[in-house]
Parts: sequence; structure tokens; C-alpha cells
Amino acid sequence: MRAVSLVALLAGISPLAQAGNPLGIFNNAGQDAQELSRLVALFGGVSIAVIVLIALLLISAIWHRRTADTTGGRPQRDEGGMPWIYWGVGLSAVVLIICMLFNLKTIAATSTPADDDGALTVHVTAHQWWWELTYQDPDSHKVFLSANEIHIPVGRKVKILLDSADVIHSFWVPSLAGKMDVIPGQTNVTWVQADEPGVYRGECAVFCGAEHARMEFRVVAQDPKDFAAWRSHQLEDAPQPQDAATLRGRLVFESRCAACHTLRGSSAAGMAGPDLTHLMDRSTLAAGVLPNDAGHLAEWIRDPQKQKPGTEMPQVPLSETDLAAIVAYLRTTH
Amino acid sequence: MLVTVDEAERHERELEDIWETKGGPFFGWFISVDHKSIGKRYLITSIIFLILGGLEAAVMRWQLAQPDMHVLTPEAYAQLFTMHGVTMIFLYAFPVLSGFSNYLWPLLLGSRDMAFPRLNAFSYWMFLLAGIAMYVSFIAGRAPDNGWFNYVPYANGTFDPGVNIDAYALGMILLGISTTVGGINFIVTLIRLRAPGMSLNRVPIIIWGTLTASLGNLFAVPSVTLAFVLLWFDRTYHTHFFDSTGGGQPLLWQHLFWMFGHPWVYSIVLPAMGIVSDGLPVFCRRPLVGYSVVALATVSTMVLGFGVWVHHMFATGLPVTSLSFFSSASMVIVLPSAVAVFAWLATIWTGRPQKHVTAFLFFAGFVILFVIGGVSGFMTAAVPADWQLTHTYFVVAHLHYVIIGINVFAVVGGVYMWFPKMTGRFMNETLGKWSFWLMFIGFNIGFFPMHIVGLQGMPRRIYTYPADVGWGTMNLIITYGAYLFAMGVLLFLINVVISRIGGKAAGSNPWGGGTLEWSVSSPPPPYNFKLIPIVARRHPLWEEELGEGQDRSSTNAKGFLLNHGRETLGTTMLDAEPDVILKMPGDSLTPLILALALSAFTVGLLFKLWIVFGIGGGISLLACVFWLWPERSLSQVER
Amino acid sequence: MDASVLPENPLPVGSKSHHASGWWGMLTVVATEASVFAYLLFTYYYVAAHTSNPWPTGGLPKLSLALPGTIILVLGSVVMSWGEHGIRRGSTGRLITGLAVSIGLALLFLGIQFWEWFHKPFNFNYDAYSSIYYVTTGFHMAHVAVGVLMLAAVLLWAALGMFDARRHAAVSIAVIYWHFVTVVWLFVFFTFYISPRLS
Repeated sequence: MRAVSLVALLAGISPLAQAGNPLGIFNNAGQDAQELSRLVALFGGVSIAVIVLIALLLISAIWHRRTADTTGGRPQRDEGGMPWIYWGVGLSAVVLIICMLFNLKTIAATSTPADDDGALTVHVTAHQWWWELTYQDPDSHKVFLSANEIHIPVGRKVKILLDSADVIHSFWVPSLAGKMDVIPGQTNVTWVQADEPGVYRGECAVFCGAEHARMEFRVVAQDPKDFAAWRSHQLEDAPQPQDAATLRGRLVFESRCAACHTLRGSSAAGMAGPDLTHLMDRSTLAAGVLPNDAGHLAEWIRDPQKQKPGTEMPQVPLSETDLAAIVAYLRTTH
Repeated sequence: MLVTVDEAERHERELEDIWETKGGPFFGWFISVDHKSIGKRYLITSIIFLILGGLEAAVMRWQLAQPDMHVLTPEAYAQLFTMHGVTMIFLYAFPVLSGFSNYLWPLLLGSRDMAFPRLNAFSYWMFLLAGIAMYVSFIAGRAPDNGWFNYVPYANGTFDPGVNIDAYALGMILLGISTTVGGINFIVTLIRLRAPGMSLNRVPIIIWGTLTASLGNLFAVPSVTLAFVLLWFDRTYHTHFFDSTGGGQPLLWQHLFWMFGHPWVYSIVLPAMGIVSDGLPVFCRRPLVGYSVVALATVSTMVLGFGVWVHHMFATGLPVTSLSFFSSASMVIVLPSAVAVFAWLATIWTGRPQKHVTAFLFFAGFVILFVIGGVSGFMTAAVPADWQLTHTYFVVAHLHYVIIGINVFAVVGGVYMWFPKMTGRFMNETLGKWSFWLMFIGFNIGFFPMHIVGLQGMPRRIYTYPADVGWGTMNLIITYGAYLFAMGVLLFLINVVISRIGGKAAGSNPWGGGTLEWSVSSPPPPYNFKLIPIVARRHPLWEEELGEGQDRSSTNAKGFLLNHGRETLGTTMLDAEPDVILKMPGDSLTPLILALALSAFTVGLLFKLWIVFGIGGGISLLACVFWLWPERSLSQVER
Repeated sequence: MDASVLPENPLPVGSKSHHASGWWGMLTVVATEASVFAYLLFTYYYVAAHTSNPWPTGGLPKLSLALPGTIILVLGSVVMSWGEHGIRRGSTGRLITGLAVSIGLALLFLGIQFWEWFHKPFNFNYDAYSSIYYVTTGFHMAHVAVGVLMLAAVLLWAALGMFDARRHAAVSIAVIYWHFVTVVWLFVFFTFYISPRLS
């Protein structure tokens, strides 16, 4: 395998796809992803070798030295061509069979693990154009919702159940796993595993409407201890307002935003949009479109259509003071 | 009944009179059933669609040249990439090959026309109307915007209301009719209308390519037509074929679409590969190496092509056994492809390639693009690799190497080769070489980096991307390359126009080709052949040079005159022995009327315009009865 | 083939049964139409295998109408063959009888089908099964209707005396289509009425 990777490296696939490409497929951080990119490298290496070989053959076929032309351009029969086909097809078949075996081996190695009892399970529901997350637990009090940022413990296979609320999407974290389409009416299963703590970017890979381009998500792989702490924190409600401004913000939020959003710690319990209970624990807004800071949050609420044309979030008419109050309140949702 | 060429000369005026389209340049254009006019129309119309699709791509490449550009709204971008795909795949890539095949088949086979000349005209009109149907919604402000494979449930009325998807459905249904009747015409022409002695193992490879494509379409097109009809039912009458809330299956659409889609891919490359397999020998001055295995490979590619559709669906959550099977089946296509590649290489190596001829450059360039497009397909056939590669620009790169590399390069090379036959004039070779190198270099700069940006994680069909994912550089290179390629295509088009007006005169056989089309004048007379020749070899015009055996074809010596009205010779299926003298129909307005009426009928049905539906249906019915009315004059005489 | 070995005997002119290009054309039409039905039945089996709804909707479909309908359609095909053999022997009368009886039987079949349509416990957009049932049978009925139009045209031409023992290509061509419509119904019948009884 090393020799093959070397071929790919020499051929220039790997370096081109690494640095500065957080979504590149060779930034493997998990075992499965590594298997996949090894296979891509093997097939890519063979492919490049074939291209180079045929290019060389083609060039020499055109320009190789020939006996002086005494035919005057008259067509000639030359029976010598058939061995090309015998050898070419024969060698292709050998390479093909070897590649097929590697392919089948990798399919077997990367398909669903047999025993998945007790695996941490996250139910992902894809929406136009964001990701709803439900952390499952046998104890229904320990189930909670989140959006767009999947926290997982490192070194463990995490089961991802995929459902769609509307159209077909595809769930893809290139560093951790291959794609799995998200199809309405069927629950697909995929697994992600990160061996190193870090933030891995993911995106929707199947065209799903106007904002398909901006339907990102993140997988945050944490030390198991940190993950457990994060998880128990998520089960808590959002903090209570501590001053008049945030208290007013919560009131405005409850009257203007509650139709779509849930925010535990307030009376808001809408289900159409993302759960905002711990909004400030996430690093981006609107599925990766904006950084999560006070300025962008205000801009986003003021005119969502401007930031993400076509988004389902409506422009709610708000006075500047109401807007500021909502932002102030949401900024406390750690 | 066999007459000599001297005697035939005396009947030339008579034949001309029988076969010429009457009615003047205007009306004559609407009634002509001459395969040569129809073939040229197909070529010109599909190249107009190529230009439209190219303009759409040019705007998209501008939008993508850098991160966070605002040239287009997301919705406009969605319409453009959809129409670009629809245009190139349905309105350019296949019809352009139909153009070549329509023009060339009777000339290659030694016949005076196709088996069903009026059906041929009808097929063209339906294609034109299908293209118009798809573009009308563009003008109306809302074109199809769900990608050319139009997955449900996004294509359902809930998510994508409006006429756009219905217009796409309409276009596909009309195009399906056009493709099907066109395919029937090719199949029956091959079975019945080969010159005497042109047994199946003597037909040129482009005939095998088009025949295979036609047979494939006969079985594949119904799938997509059905899919669009069912979708229309779901959208209009709220049935539940694809709707999971009513027990339907969104994945059913993908199965039906790709059971059609994959054979379709082969039908837009196999005839193009045929062009190269027939073109290279002319410019390498020797017959194709391995004719029989190449013909066999052509057919087996299509046969395999019916068993691999699932490789478009590797990430949909199918069971492992199914993935393994379809993955292996897809990889096996490497073998027939290898046959073709090594046959071309061997033909060049053992021949004397005419390196200075533009057509040869296109065919030779095609070979390497074919390999690049092939191996990237091989990579995506590996399931685990595909889980990373599918839905990304890697696939975009792959399909452009297939459609541009294998289709466009063969087509442009084919135009350089047969332009003298079609017009009697050479194309300009200096411009030709410029156009080749601009296209070849521009194409590779524009499309090879798409593989890389795909490996960098860029998904298809995104209207923009943020700066921090690192795709900016590659996309800028891609845009420059694509524009360079477009300039090459533009140069080619300019060359076509100026050569049509003032190109150097070409004789009947300017390249010294060996097949029958080079035995008639350039451009060919309306009746194609004064005498339907008797064919003894695969290359009737190269018999002396190749010196194979004693038998000689009778081109320009002796043959069937058939001058009692429009007639051609019907021969037996395998050995092409003379069987019957077929009466051929005259020029007719009926194909156009039927095409218009049938389109009105379909429009009426799809958009619930019941009056249009009724009138269209009624006229269609009358047109059919009129078309098929048995002619008493065709009594069974023998001659 | 060498020009010198060509048979010099005269060739027939014009079309005649399988000499006719139209005969080959109709075979290809049948191939493509058969594919449409194959994909429709694929749709049936695919959805049946994947749906979580009860299948078929409304319990096993009754044979009380479909079975007689099937017999009527097969009978029509047999009668048509009899008529076609008639014209081969030059009997226009027998051809006309065959055509007329076939058309009558086909109309009867359509009547039965419509009756069944309007007495189903569900309509076409009730669920996936109902959609597939109505569209598949409806599509077949459309084919029967087209067949009736074809036979009617042939009947008209026969009445005008256009056919005889040597010249009846149009009859042979229409008959191919007619047999196809019958045969494909057997597959539809098996799928909707028999296959649910087997599982």
C-alpha cells in the first residue's frame, strides 16, 4: 500500500488536496476515511500510470521512426496490429482484477460494523438548508436537540441516523467518512469516527435547492471527558436573564421567534427552525454562513434573505431596540 | 437489370428529377425527406444548442471564478446549470451524432435514403420542438432548476412549483419520441437497406456505433419517458409514485432515470467512437486494426451498460451485495474500452499518420481524452472511492472528459473530415490547427483541475463557495481554461462559415477514403448513387491497393439503376442479398404536421388545455391515417 | 459478393409481409412499447418490495371481472389471427369479420376495465398502489384503444378492397401490434391479480 501511496504522491494527487483544504478528502482523521482515501490513491495511481503510458504510446505511435514512404499515400494493409489488442487488453485485465479485489476488500472493511448496541447515536434530520440533530438516549430525559454542530467523543464509532424533512440531501464529512445520501422516507445509517480531537467540516453534497451551496455543518471531536461535560451541559436549560435588557430580549424572543424556534429556558417551543437553547456554544450561524458573533447575529436576524437568499427564515419586522434586545438575550445562551 | 455505368450516365437527369426536392427553397425545406438535408439540419440545430449550452457555462464559470461572487442569484445559477446539462446531454450530444448518422448512413451503406424517409423528417421536427419546449420556459422566466437528473422530491410541486419541471417533462417526452423513431429508422435501415454484398461484417464502425445506440435507446428511452410521465402525474394529480408520505419511493425515480441514463451515456459516445474508428484509418492509410473485436466491443459496451446504472447511486444506502455487484460490473467496461484504445493505437502505430491534417489531430487527441475520461470513470466505479468522489467536481471532470473529450472532439474531427463531402469544399487547415490546439489545451486546462478541486471537496451544483475552503485558485484556472476552450470552438465555427463560403474545392474523395461515401460526388447528388453498387469488401475503394483476393466491388462499374420512381434496394438481413425493390415515399408535409399536432396534443395533455389536446389528437390521428394510407399503385409486379 | 455471381432473376417491387420495412418497424415499436410495460411492472414490484403500506391496498384484487376480461382479450387475438389467415387466402370477407369481431371484443374489454375502475374502493391518488394500478391499467387501455383505431383503419381499407392474397402488409403489421397488446396484458394481469396471491 505504501508503494501505491507513493505513486499517488509522486503523481501529485495528495499534496494538491491537503493544505488549506478543510474539506479535502485526504485530510483523514478517522480509520474509515483512511481506508477510502487509500483506495482513491490506489485507483488514482493506477489511473495516472495508465494515462501516462497511453500518452507515451500515442506520441510514439505518431512520431516513431518509419521506413521511407514509397507508397505515395496509397492505403496499405499491415497485419501486425492485433498483438497490440491482445497485450493491451490482457494487461488491462490483470490490473483490473487486482483493483477489483482491493475494491471488494475495502467495501467489506468499511461497511457497517455488525455490533452497534450501545453506540452513541445521533439522529440527523436534514432540512433546507440546515441540519437538525437529536442526541438519542435510552433515557428519554437525556435526549436533546441541537443544530449544525455535531459533537462526538474521539476514538469511538458514532452512529448517525439520517432522515430528511423535505428533499434529498447528502451527509458528508470528508475527513471522517464518505457520503451518505439523506432520503425522505428511508432512514440511512452512516458512521463517523475521529481519532484526533478537532473540528471537521461537513457539507451537503446533493443539490437540494437554492442554498445547497451553503449548508455546512461541523463535527467537533472531543476528548471523551470533554464530550461528557458538553453533553450534560446541553441537557440544561439556557441561563435565566440576569438583567433588564436580556429579560426584555427574552420577552421579545418569545413573542416574535417562538413560532419556529425552541429555546429551553424560555417559553419558545417552535419546531420549524433550529433549537437555540445553547446557540452560543456553536461557532457559526445559518449552517456555516456567518461567524457566530453579536454583529453577524444582528445582521442575520435583521435580514436573513440578504445573508442567505431563499432561506426559510423570514424577515421578522423588528425595531432596532427589539433587535438589540433579542441579540443581547441570545448572546447569553451558553 | 444490372446496368453498366455508361448506361446509367444517360439516366442521370431522370434520377435527378425523381429524387430532387421540389417546391422551391422555402416550401421545399418543410417537405424534404432527403436524409442529407435532415442530417445537416440535425448537425446545425444541435450545434446551435451547443453554443447556447456553452454560453450558459460561460456565465457559470464567471460566477465561480472566485469565492463569494455575486454575478448570479442562487436561483439563476440553478436554472443555468440545469439548462446547461439538459442542453448538452439531450439537445446537443445525441442529436449531433444523429446528424452524422442520418447524413452518412445511406452513403456508407450504398442506399438512396433511410428506410423511413418521412419518419426521419418527423424525428427531426420532434427534436426541434422538444428543444423549443425546454427553452420556452427559460424565456418565460423560470427554466428547469433541479439539475438534468431532476431528483424527486425536489422535482415535486411542493418544492419546485411552476411550469419549469413540466416543461422539462414535455421536452423529454417529445425528445423520447424523436429518439425512438430515429432509432427504429436506423435499425430497419441496417436490416434492409445495405447494398448487395454489404454483409454485417463489412459495415463501417460508425454504423455499429449508431446501431448499438439505437438498439440501446429502444430499450432505455421508455424508462425516462415513463419516469417523467409518472412525475407529471405526481405533480399534477397528486399521485404517489415518488412521494414517501403515500407509500411511494423517491429512489424509484433514481432507478428509472439511471436505467435510462447509463445506456444513454453510451449512446452519446459509441457513434462518436465510431467516427474515430472510421476516421483514423483514412488518415493513417490503412484499415482499422481489429475491426471485428472493435465491433464486438461496441456492442458489448452497450450490453454491459444496461447492468451498471446503480453506480450512480452508490451513496443512497443500498445493501453491500448490490454495491459489490454493480461496482464489479461497472469496472468490467474497462475491457471493451481497452479493445478500442489499443485498436486505435495500433492503427496509428502501424499506419502512416498524416500528422498535418486537422481531422487527424482531433482523432488522435480524442484517444488520450478518451483514456482520461475512462479511468476517472473506473475510479468512481470503486464503491468506497465513490463515496468520497461522487457528487463532487471529480464527477463533473469525469463527465466533461466523456462528453467533450469523447463526443465533441470526435464530432469536430468528423466535421473536418466530412465537411468536403457535405459541401464540396475543404475547411481551412491553418485555422483548423489553431482551433485544435486552442480546444485541446484549453480543455485540459479547464477541466483537468476539476478532478483536483473535487478531491479538495468541492461539491457539484454550488453557486458559490467561501474563501476559506481553498478552492479559489483551481476555480480561477478552470475558468481561464474553459474560456480558452470556448475560443477554440469559436474559431472552429468561424472556420465552418468561411470555408462554406470560400473553401478550396474538394473532389469526390479528398482524403483517399475507402468507404462508399467517397465514391460519389461532393456534395452527393439527391439520389446518392447512380447505381446501387455491389460490395465485395469492407473498403470498396481500397480493393486494388489492399489486394485482397479476386472479388471486386462494382462501384462506378455496374449496379442497380432503379429509375421507376423513388426506389432503393432491399437486401437480406445477414448476407445482404438482393431481396426486393423498395418503393420510397416522396417529399411530404405530413411529418411536420404530425409533429406539430402531436406536440400540441402533448402540451394540451400536460397543461390541461383540453381544446388543444383534442385538436392536436384529432389532427394527429388524421395525419397518421393519411401517412399510412396504402397505395394501390404499389401492386406486386416483379422486375 | 461479386457482381458476376448475382442472380439475374427479377425482384418483387413494393412491400409484402416481412419484406415490408413497416413489418420490421412494427417489431421495433413492439420492443420499445414492451420496455415501457417492463418499467411499469418494475415500478410495481419495486414499490411493493420497499413500501411499508399494506400491499395491495384494499385486499386481494377480485378476479371476477379481470379473468373474463383476459379471456375476451385472448379470444380477440385468436379471432384476429383467423381473419389474417383469411386474407392470405384472398378472403376479404373473413378478414373483415375477424377485424369486426376483434374490435367488438376489445370494446367489451375496455367496458369491463372501466367498470372495474369505477368500482375500486380507492381512487388513483389514494396511495402508491392505487396510483400504480390506475396508471398501468390505464396505459394498457390506451394501448387497446390505439389498437382499436389501427384495426378500424385496416377495416376501412379492407372494405375499400385494398387487400388481397398477395398484398396485405398493413394487415400483418396491425396484427403484430394487436397480439402484443394481448400478450402484454397477460403480464399486467399476472402482476396485479396473480402475484399478490402467490406471496
